Amino acid sequence: MTTANVTRSIDARGMPCPGPLMSLIGAIREGTVGDMIEVLSSDEGSKTDIPAWIAKAGHEIVEVVQEPDHARFVIRKVR
Amino acid sequence: MPARVVVLGGGVGGTLAANLLAKQLGRDAKVTVVDPTGMHHYQPGYLYVALGQANGRWLVRDERTLLRREVELVIDGAVRIHPDAGTVQLERGGSLEWDYLVLATGARLMHEQIPGLVEGSFGFYSLDDAQRLREELRRFRGGRILVGVAGIPYKCPPAPVEFVFMLEEHLRKRGIRERSEVTLLSPLNRAFTIEQASKVVQPFMEERGIGLTTFFNVEEVDPQAHVVSSLEGEKAEYDLLVLIPPHHGQQVISDSGLGDVSGWLPTDRYTLQVQDRERVFAMGDATNLPISKSGSTAHFEAPVIASRIASLVRGTAPKTNYGGRVMCFLETGNRKATVLRFDYEHPPTPPQPNLLWHSAKWMFNRMYWETVPQGRIPDLPKAREKGPDDEHADRANA
Repeated sequence: MTTANVTRSIDARGMPCPGPLMSLIGAIREGTVGDMIEVLSSDEGSKTDIPAWIAKAGHEIVEVVQEPDHARFVIRKVR
Repeated sequence: MPARVVVLGGGVGGTLAANLLAKQLGRDAKVTVVDPTGMHHYQPGYLYVALGQANGRWLVRDERTLLRREVELVIDGAVRIHPDAGTVQLERGGSLEWDYLVLATGARLMHEQIPGLVEGSFGFYSLDDAQRLREELRRFRGGRILVGVAGIPYKCPPAPVEFVFMLEEHLRKRGIRERSEVTLLSPLNRAFTIEQASKVVQPFMEERGIGLTTFFNVEEVDPQAHVVSSLEGEKAEYDLLVLIPPHHGQQVISDSGLGDVSGWLPTDRYTLQVQDRERVFAMGDATNLPISKSGSTAHFEAPVIASRIASLVRGTAPKTNYGGRVMCFLETGNRKATVLRFDYEHPPTPPQPNLLWHSAKWMFNRMYWETVPQGRIPDLPKAREKGPDDEHADRANA
């Protein structure tokens, strides 16, 4: 678990697509290099959208944990 | 004493809600609309202005002519809402007292949030912007046109897609299509927010030679170099750049401490009440609801708000909820359009673009002034709308 290092948490549970991804993009836009951003999403689309965006934008997925009713992504802002 | 209802905003939602409230409550209510300009814009028409297909005069009418006689219109800006005191402070110094408040304040275009956007790009999300773009397009003789979205949420999610289709047709008719490239820069991994609709339109974009760059979240425009950069680290050169600016809620919402960080009102998705405020309702672009910001949304929300306020005034159980209903047309050019109908529970299943829906959109454009603000559009079949008050309403109807 990387909870201790999380600098910003976004609870996007219940938010439909593309809400969770856009919230993450907003946090990356506002953040600084090294930030650890946690996103909680119950939207199935996030499982493909978030990794695809992270790959294109050049950041890093530190952790993905599947909880019973949502997924938890931890992302490091790399640049 | 009649209930005092103040509606902030004279757009489609505010105007319709005010007219319905006055009609339903008669002498039991005194309805006042506050609008900073007193002029009502039919915003879907901006697209046609930008492409030289319509005159701006057709899109603007005096708000007074759209309101029932018994509704008062105050032409002034709202600067501060005091929900506990039940007052609204106005720009010119006065203030209004209310028992019920409807926030139909819309969205604010934040051009200045993206460096270089004002100097380096054009747009069609205001009448002024659409008129400037029309002049620029008249001068355009060929080159690379990029059309992008500089922030989500934005009003009318299909509009940039409609614009690229109609622009492609416009260039073809002028005989400069061969010398031009048209590309849509999308912040998502598809053409726009609604996945099912993107699947329908993307093959048509390909067929028409319209490019699609995905995951391009506009960060900066360099007007001298004619380059737009993305948060993802890409750069794209352009001859003509058309951007949808970032949107926020209105300043008065933020200044009154009612909005979230972007000024959107935390709103109950079914009752449309602003969080923790029984007598304050929000609608249209002003809410934080996870549905399209569009005139159609406000159009379907207004009757729910009017009915719920009427119930509160009369002390009866509320009978209606908002189920997330939206209906909008999507022009694909060449005299074809599709339609998106959806709600919270049912995603849209748009038909293949055809002449019928194109004609329906034109008919709607022409009929708007005489029907929508007055609530004269007949109800359309809808999906079952569920909400926490259903049981309550059922009991009341029994």
